Amino acid sequence: MGKPMQVSRFWRHFKEKYRLIGTKCKKCGKIHFPPRQVCNECGSREMEEVQLSGRGKVISWTIVRNPPSGFEYYKPYPLALIELEEGPIILAQLTDVEPEEITFGMEVEMVTRKIREFNEDGIILYGYKFRPPVK
Amino acid sequence: MRLAISQRKSDSTFLRVMPMRKLLRPIKDVGIVGYGAYVPMFRIKSAEIGRVWGINAFPIEEKAVNNLDEDALTIGIEAARNALKRAKIDPGLIRAIWFGSESKPYAVKPSATVIAEAIGATPHLDAADFEFACKAGTEALQAAIGFVGSGMAEYAMAIGADTAQGRPGDHLEFTAAAGGAAYIVGEKSSETLAYFEGSYSYVTDTPDFWRRQHEHYPRHGNRFTGEPAYFRHIINAAKGLMEELGLTVNDFDYAVFHQPNVKFPLTVAKILGIPVERVKPGLLSGVIGNTYSGATLVGVSAVLDIAKPGERILWVSFGSGAGSDAFSLVVQDAIEEKRDLAPKTWDYINRKKYIDYALYVKHRGKLLM
Ligand SMILES: [Zn+2]
Repeated sequence: MGKPMQVSRFWRHFKEKYRLIGTKCKKCGKIHFPPRQVCNECGSREMEEVQLSGRGKVISWTIVRNPPSGFEYYKPYPLALIELEEGPIILAQLTDVEPEEITFGMEVEMVTRKIREFNEDGIILYGYKFRPPVK
Repeated sequence: MRLAISQRKSDSTFLRVMPMRKLLRPIKDVGIVGYGAYVPMFRIKSAEIGRVWGINAFPIEEKAVNNLDEDALTIGIEAARNALKRAKIDPGLIRAIWFGSESKPYAVKPSATVIAEAIGATPHLDAADFEFACKAGTEALQAAIGFVGSGMAEYAMAIGADTAQGRPGDHLEFTAAAGGAAYIVGEKSSETLAYFEGSYSYVTDTPDFWRRQHEHYPRHGNRFTGEPAYFRHIINAAKGLMEELGLTVNDFDYAVFHQPNVKFPLTVAKILGIPVERVKPGLLSGVIGNTYSGATLVGVSAVLDIAKPGERILWVSFGSGAGSDAFSLVVQDAIEEKRDLAPKTWDYINRKKYIDYALYVKHRGKLLM
């Protein structure tokens, strides 16, 4: 199943998965998430790491009822496209919200939750999800 | 023979010259630069648990239950982030993260390292998980006070968080709950929102509650849970601390005691002569349950959300096995500008959604796929 490879691939991306660290182009100012080495706006290679606020809004969503392996216990769960306030659009699960409560443009904030577990004896992967703001 | 006698003599001489000290106080004065709590949004009413097991007298109203994707570690992360918002410091300055829990997601692999990574505190810090039943969180706090108070570190973070487990149908199932809080300790200054006057730990070997390796649920020796365990340790710790500091119960504006239910901490208050109004603000077990390692840390966070500068807080935890940590905290001016920088404890308590026993079982991860 290639489990060790998946885990190590995830591990190399802790900064973005746990903390929403993106990149900002030093030349044109565009912010990217996930981080990029080359700006997709102006082609510059001069990038700096930037901490995203974690706030954004839902621009589209679907309810996953037949999830891929490793996610079965969480079904049904909402998967959404979120536009972060800095501009990037990312795909992430919504949590702490019922499907019928989700609306277009709904404000959300980032939290770190369990993303996936590899069986009872395997590694637990943590990463970003989004929920309606607490306050 | 001769040698043994002279050896013993020198031992007793040594014992005599060491003065008996009870109070724990570091060289430098330390305080709290940031605190943060977290309580998951799901609740189950005691009546719903009672419906399943045919029980209709309950120790609390309702308790907090973690979501499917939450564990003690994710609870710790959100509490830690809230503490950091109030501390307004670079997370890289935190030189230790100590995580107290009895429901760590891994038996072997520290949770503190994941939390450190998630808040951006890595790699120049110490990280470890603490365990002492329900007092693991205050145990971590004692260590943080020492770490900062000795001058070894600028800042240290102590966290207490649990997703507590009760055997289905056992009376602990009504109260075993999910939640936690984090405290960042720093040297006392105008940036600290409260400072520690001193602390005291009272520990004995008491077999009141335990869980062996590879067992899912803890067991408790019924005879021990009340008098010789909870009450003896909390009351001795509270009295010992006040005596050492030259304070009486009248000097405290608030008191927060470990809260496995509502009755026990109220009984402690009665025995010590503390009016109920001073205990109520930090007594949350009636509405969120017993968050174990998080219990007094969450209770004190709710007090800090409302306390005024100059007010004094008595804080006493309890952990089975058994022991209590007692702290005297004095609130400082910085509380006024810092408390609104993160969600308050009651913001989380009021954000609630009720679930039935079936969903509760799913949330607790009890179903085999
Ligand atoms: Zn650019």
